[in-house]
Order: sequence, then structure tokens, then C-alpha cells
Amino acid sequence: MMASTLFRTIQIHPFLLYPTTLFRRRNGALYCTMKSTQTQTATQEKQQPSKVKVSQHTQSKTLDKIKRDYEAVIGIETHVQLSTLTKAFCSCPYNYGSQPNTSICPICMGLPGALPVLNSKVIEFAVKLGLALNCKLSLNSKFDRKQYFYPDLPKGYQISQFDIPIATGGYIDLDLPLEFGGGHRKFGITRVHMEEDAGKLLHSGNEDYSQVDLNRAGVPLLEIVSEPDMRTGIEAAEYAAELQRVVRYLGISNGNMQEGSLRCDVNVSIRPVGQLEFGTKVEIKNLNSFSSINRAIDFEISRQVLFHSQGQSDQIVQETRLWEEGAQKTVTMRKKEGLSDYRYFPEPDLPEVILSQVAEYFDATISSGADIKLAANWIMGDIAAYMKNEKLSINEIKLTPQELVELIASIKGGTISGKIGKEILFELLAKGGTVKGLIEEKDLVQIADPIEIGKMVDKVLSENPKQLGQYRGGKTKLQGFFAGQVMKLSKGKANPGLLNKILLEKLNAES
Amino acid sequence: MLSTIQPPRCLSRIAVRGRTKSRSLHILSSAQSVTSASLIDHSQILSIRDSLLSRHLSAVQLTHSYLDRLKQTEPQIKSFLHVSDPDKVLKQAHEIDEKIKRNEEVGPLAGVLVAVKDNICTADMPSTGGSRILEGYRPPFDATAVKRLKNLGAIVVGKTNLDEFGMGSTTEASAFKVTANPWDLSRVPGGSSGGSAAAVSARQCVVSLGSDTGGSVRQPASFCGVVGLKPTYGRVSRFGLMAYASSLDVIGCLGSSVADTGILLHAISGHDTLDATSSKREVPDFTSQFTSASSLESRPLEGLRVGLIRETVDGGVDSGVKSAIQSAAAHLEQLGCILKEVSLPSFSLGLPAYYILASSESSSNLSRYDGVRYGSQASSDELNSLYKESRAKGFGPEVKMRILMGTYALSAGYYDAYYKRAQQVRTIIRKSFKAALDENDILISPAAPSAAYKIGEKKNDPLAMYAGDIMTVNVNMAGLPALVLPCGFVEGGAVGLPVGLQIIGAAFDEEKLLKVGHIFEQTLQGYNFVPPLDADGVFA
Repeated sequence: MMASTLFRTIQIHPFLLYPTTLFRRRNGALYCTMKSTQTQTATQEKQQPSKVKVSQHTQSKTLDKIKRDYEAVIGIETHVQLSTLTKAFCSCPYNYGSQPNTSICPICMGLPGALPVLNSKVIEFAVKLGLALNCKLSLNSKFDRKQYFYPDLPKGYQISQFDIPIATGGYIDLDLPLEFGGGHRKFGITRVHMEEDAGKLLHSGNEDYSQVDLNRAGVPLLEIVSEPDMRTGIEAAEYAAELQRVVRYLGISNGNMQEGSLRCDVNVSIRPVGQLEFGTKVEIKNLNSFSSINRAIDFEISRQVLFHSQGQSDQIVQETRLWEEGAQKTVTMRKKEGLSDYRYFPEPDLPEVILSQVAEYFDATISSGADIKLAANWIMGDIAAYMKNEKLSINEIKLTPQELVELIASIKGGTISGKIGKEILFELLAKGGTVKGLIEEKDLVQIADPIEIGKMVDKVLSENPKQLGQYRGGKTKLQGFFAGQVMKLSKGKANPGLLNKILLEKLNAES
Repeated sequence: MLSTIQPPRCLSRIAVRGRTKSRSLHILSSAQSVTSASLIDHSQILSIRDSLLSRHLSAVQLTHSYLDRLKQTEPQIKSFLHVSDPDKVLKQAHEIDEKIKRNEEVGPLAGVLVAVKDNICTADMPSTGGSRILEGYRPPFDATAVKRLKNLGAIVVGKTNLDEFGMGSTTEASAFKVTANPWDLSRVPGGSSGGSAAAVSARQCVVSLGSDTGGSVRQPASFCGVVGLKPTYGRVSRFGLMAYASSLDVIGCLGSSVADTGILLHAISGHDTLDATSSKREVPDFTSQFTSASSLESRPLEGLRVGLIRETVDGGVDSGVKSAIQSAAAHLEQLGCILKEVSLPSFSLGLPAYYILASSESSSNLSRYDGVRYGSQASSDELNSLYKESRAKGFGPEVKMRILMGTYALSAGYYDAYYKRAQQVRTIIRKSFKAALDENDILISPAAPSAAYKIGEKKNDPLAMYAGDIMTVNVNMAGLPALVLPCGFVEGGAVGLPVGLQIIGAAFDEEKLLKVGHIFEQTLQGYNFVPPLDADGVFA
């Protein structure tokens, strides 16, 4: 709306190519095209024939032997694009594959004066993933600016998290498939942090310029950094596959690798078995499937092992390499020129991220032994609704985590019914007190004595002869009516399972 | 021929002595107005409202008088980087007149001509931030503050000059022009909101918006003899303000009376969903604080505890300024205030810490000006040289210096020694202000160590220029509100140069500042803070 004229123009002519002019302006919007200095590296690699020819059958045989003397150390950085309705800091939607620059606004374009406002879903999703990965949540977190210049980064900095990520210190548990030898693995998660995606550069096929599409700029990401715990391509691929299952199960991302919704960059180094220090690590990008993760790593291990075994370990340099699916090999993308200085500092446009005490409350509840799923349901369901209605924070409700544990246990153990549980929940929320006290005070203990229930069933049947006749005449739907009557008679305390069982027996027995 | 303009105490005359007599507009006096304006002296905004609603004056007439005056004075003052198309402005005024004719509701700012600092975005109008790198840039949206003003009926008369992206104290760092001080054309109007202050001072507009990162509303208000209000950080949305130092920036108000700045502040205040740092606090009706001079008690500020900040009247402060502030303090005592000196030991730390934090944030905020998407772009066929050339040509020397300083302060290995330490200083400053404001209702100080200086005087001495910000930067570091209003004169120029008194309050207590300022203004005798410009912008 704000920039309707400007963006409309872009929509109509999303990317006109102007081979003669490098830069073109339309209605104040500037299309930038430029020479890329980075796309040439792949060809450079081709010009220098590699000494490593791992694909040759004879060499690979000996290589397999040599490989046994080495151990690979693999860590993975995964970017997961969140499936929020809108971007992280503005209200633009994001749909993969839209026409270039059709889902942009002053905020994600980084226009002068525009400010980011955090989409709270991003935090919700980050918390979900953090918990699912067994991480510790940072109750006081913040955003930072990571600064570098690149045409796909409209503000000249990426809003990210630096020293206080939202979640740290977790792990993933998985079992390797049997065809790969099976076995249980536990891979550490160093951290999970929130950040925004950059736009995309569209490199022209033959011409020496690129164009900028900002549709993806500002889309929320979670970056998951693993510990260097993996040793083989299979382990790495299985780690990624498990992560994909987790984000899909949580409903926070479609986890689609082809569309780039789940992107894995792996770091690979090797060391002689028994050595403690890590070797020089190489980063591999452009891994678009689990099998390419597997194959790229195995290729890279072989490449490094060969260098190492031939006394050429100085040929292994810290660099970023690209996996070429066609050639089934990795090639140099860019060499690291020392450490980049991103000059991180706290993002002044966004307030600190303070996780409400709900997380703490949840932690306290489950650490006291409550069923995790039931605890989550109660907290996110009825308790959250109550807090919202009454405009209370979780610190202000009278129900303690210990009593919630008690309540859940009482229902699970059959002391009270779920319905009664809900009733006393509201009393506990508003007035406090103990579950036991309330159950006693109100005489709410569930009736689970078959004889007592049987008596009540008899009473109801004898009081409703007409309905009984209809039931026995074939109107079996009336079972619900009788069940309701018995439950009413028991003041809601009869165990529903037992009630139905006895009722059915008696309804059918005397016919 | 060289008659001067009368102080518009009751908006008696927005005297436009044009070349053609018929154009002079003797508008109205308070005797003619019967409603709110007579209760609140000085307010141009309320006078305008009264005269429009009572049909003494049409919006078109009023607009003509301002536009004529602007046209006549602008060649000398040079407040504006862009003046709105007069036809469009008059059309808006005409629409207001039509509404009034039809007895339809008009907004409380109907017909009020507002000038907007050029680092505040205005839709379909140039917004350059005073920088070559945004030459010709027209934002697709209005800043929230501007949008709110327009919604209330205000008319944007133009975009005012400033030091590039707000970095400077004179407007000399503007890429386009240097604004002159209406009190002495050989002097600077202050900065960075120099254009906004000069425009109000020269009565080229009714009120104006500025921005204040380290004193950029208050110091020019002091230099130009107008009222400048820096709101609490978060009181006004920053959406649409080109960021200089995000944690310090705030949009502020300039007017020829305390009441006008209060009314303007009320119009632009309040939470904005587009600015996560804008406060959700309720905005009080600041105007309810204003009482007419005639209804004031003899000691209307009885018992109000006023702390004069000792460090601001120490050495390094012009003696004339010092005595003006002391007279102002004595005046407050006469109004019933209990005056005492307070010490803010951290005061001198504010300046270096401010320059580290502001430069650090600016080095980041100005990264987006890379020539890729908007603004001026150097012609280049290689990415790095595109960046280099666009920024080398687009930014002026002052901006480059601050980007360099800020980049250095944030670099690995220096971060702790500079940025982090400056943040710690900021915490100390905040605490010491809190302590001083727990014991005092308000704090007072000069707005600047001197009155307006000569154009070029400090241009080659950035440290001397930065030192001029000593009175104001601490307030931004603490995020507090402060009001600057003219309180006296020092020698200089044809008739003297105005001196501003700064009143600092607790966070979100603008109400108190406005109340005190208004009473001070009503009861200050013997001063005329309208510059002696005649209609041709020439000195009397």
C-alpha cells in the first residue's frame, strides 16, 4: 500500500534485462546489475587439474585402506526457513517461486526510515524447536546486527543473534538405519538462533551481471549449529533427516531442501586416528538433498585423506567449497581471507526478547514429573486462555506448577475425571489451594466402584421404563441418554469407561 | 521602510510587509478571538484555529501570508531544501475553508503550516537527509509523525535544511546549503535541525518538526530564539525518521511558543505498531496544563524543586550565557520554585561516550546507502567499486568521519574498550539523572555553552564543535525529555543573540516541562524573541 506505485511497476516488469545499461531506474526503484566476482571460481578450479582422482577404481581401493587410518570430524550448520504467514520484521508474505520483487515493502527493502518489528511467531517457533532439540532456553535474549555489504542484503546488516542465542546446549537422538549398520547416535546441538534471510542474486546465464530479488529478504530463519559430533556422511545425512522430521512435526517449516527451506552447510576436517586436535576444516555448500550431504562428505573426506596420506596436508586450506551434483565433486567457491569481522552489536531498533515466564512455568511443571504432553496441553490450552481472558501473566495466576502436576496426575490416575479436572482448574487458577484439598472439600473423587455404579445404573433404568423399552426395541442410540442420566446422578463423578461398560451390560443383559 | 515584525504575542500581526502593501495581512488580535486562544496566550496554533472557526480569516488567506513571507525571506535564510508547490498547499487550504463553510469538522491542526526536517520521510516529496547520496529520493511513505499531522489537518509547507543525516551542529555539514540565523545572517542557526529552527524563528511556518540525537532540536532552538522540545525516547514513533543513532534518535517539536510545541507533541505522540521502540504509555493532553497569564497566581510554581546542574555553569560556558541562565533561575525562584545546585558527576563523561555510541550506530545505520536500490549510484561495472564510489561521492566529510569512528569502535578487539565501555557510561549517566530527578522535579541548564557562532567559525575544529553539544547529549543518553525556551540575550548581531534555557524532566513527564515552560514564558518580561527581519529578509 505504502509504495504501491513503486512496487506495481516492478510487478509488471519484474526483471527486464538491459544488456546495454548496467543500471536502470524505474519510478525511483533501482535495478542493480553487476559483475560477480565469485562465480568464476568454479571455472578456475577446472583449469587446474586436480591431483585427486578418487573416482578411479584402483585408487579408491587403496584409499579405502588409507581412510581407516583417519577420522573425519563433521559439524553442520542448518538454516531452517520458518513457515510463518509473514516475514520476520514486516507484514509481507513469502511464497517460494513468486515473481521477483513482488513481495517486498519499505521495511524488507531497507528504505530510509523503515524499522523492523518482530513477528512474535518467530519466537514461538524458535522456542518450540529449542525444546524439541532438548536445549536450554535463554529467557533474556536479544537481536544483534551482523554487518557486511552484499547486494542481497538491503540494510547492509543482517538482523541475527550473536552472543545470546535463544536456545543452547541440546542434542538430537537417533538410530541409524540398519542398512547403514544401525546403531544409536546422540549428536550435540551447540545453539539455535533466530535471524532473517537475505534476498537472492539472480545471475544471468551469459551476461556478466546479476540482478537482485528481495522477495526472500527478511524471511525468518532458525540457524541450528551442531557440535562436531558426526564422523561419516551417513551420520550427517541422518542428522539432517531427523532435523527435517522435527521441524515438520512441529509445523514450523516445510523443511523442503530443494526450495531452500532447509539448507545444510557442513564443515569437514580429518585427523589421524588418535589425534586430539582438529584438522583444517573445509565448509561445503550447495547440498540440496540428504544423499548429496552423504556423498559430498564422503568425497571431501577422500580428497582430504589423499592429500594427508601423500604428505600434502598443506593443500587442505580453510575455504568454502561447492558441491557439484553433476560432477559429483566439491570445488573451491572462495578461500577464507582470515576471519571476517562482522562488527556485531545489539540491534537498537528491537527490544530485548524476554521469554515470558511461561517457559519457566512449563519447565517447573515437567521437572516435577508431569506428563510432558498433558502439561503442554493444559498450559497452552485452558491456562493460556484464562490468562488471556483475565489479562494476567503466568506469575499472577494462583495455580502453582506443583498443583498442576497433581491435577494432571489425578486425572491420569483416575482419581477425578477430566471434566471435573477442568472445573477445579479454574478454581485453582483464581483462588489457589491444593488439588487434594479441593477434591476432598467438594467430594469429587471419581466413582470407580463397579457395584456403586451398577446401583446407579439400575436406578436410572427403573426410573425410565419408556426409554428402556424403546432401547430394547432397537433404538440403541438411547444409550447416550442413559449414560448422561447416570453421570448426572453421580454428579459427574462416575468413571466414564466403567459407566459405559456396566450400562451396556445391563441394557443388553435382561433383554 | 525597514519596520520590524512585532512579537506575535497574541498573533497580533503576522506582519508581512511585502513589496505590495495589499499583501500585508494584519490578521487578528486576541481581543477578536473569544475561545481557547484567549485562555492560552502565545499559541499560534490555537489562534489560527479560532480565527478560522470564527471566520475572521480563511485558511487560504493565512497560507498566502506565510507563503509570501517564506518567499521573501528564504533567499537570505535558506531554511528549506524543498518548498512545497504553492498551488498544492493553497489547494489544501482551500479544502479546509470549504469544509468550514459547510460546517464540517476540521482537524485541530487545520491550516497549520508545518515545516519538516528533511531526514523525516514525506511521501512523494524529496527527502534527502541533507545528503547527496539521497539526492532526488522520494519516499513511498510518510513518517508516522508526518502522517499524524496530516490527519489532523496540518499542511506540510516544505522540507528543511540540516546537517547531513543529522550529523552536525550548524547546518554547515548539509550537502546542499548553509542556513543563516535569522538574528544575524552571518551566523549559524545551530543544528542539526537548523532549517526547522530558522523557519520558525523567521515565521516561515507555524511550527516545525526536527530530530534530536544529541541536541539537534534544542541547540538550534536556543540559537534561533524559539522553543524546542525533545520528547522522551519512545514517546514519538521513529518510523520514517532516517536513522542516525537509533537508540538516541527522537523526533522533536519546534515552535514560537511552549504551547505550540506541546500541541504539536500531542499530535505526534503515542504508540506506533511500526516502531517497536515506541512507548505504549497513554499520551496526556498536554494543553490542559496551560493557563492564561491573567489567571496565574503570584507564585504559580510554589514548592517546585528545581536543580541547576552545576557542571553546566562551570568554566567553558560563555559568561553572557551564564548570566542569562542565572537570571532565568532567579525568575523561577520568583515564581515560587525552590532552587538549588545539583551535581551530576558523570556529566563530563557524556560527550565522549555519546560520540562513540552515536558513531557506532550510525556506521551501521548508514550501511543501507550503498547505491544499489535507491539514491545516487556511481557508475561502475564491478561490485566493490560500485560501493566505494557511490559512498565516496554520496557522503560528506563529517558523515565519513563518523562512519570511520563507528566502524573502528565496533571492530573486533576494540569493541570492549569503546562501545561496551560507552554503554556502561550510559548506564551511569542514566542512574545519576534518576537520582537527581528523584530529589528535584526538574533540572535546568543552558541549552548550549554559547549563543550562535559565525558561519565557518568552527568548521575546521570538529572537537570544538562537538564540545558545543555538552549541554544536550547527556539527556539523549538518559532518554529523558527536555524543553528549551528562550530566556535572554547576549551581545552580538544587530539586537543581540538569544539564549535558551534547558529544562529537563523525568521520563514521560513532558507535561511538567510544558507547564513550567509555559508559565516561565508568560511571566518573562521585557524580551522580544522575534528576530528583527523585515519582510525582505533584511535586518532592520
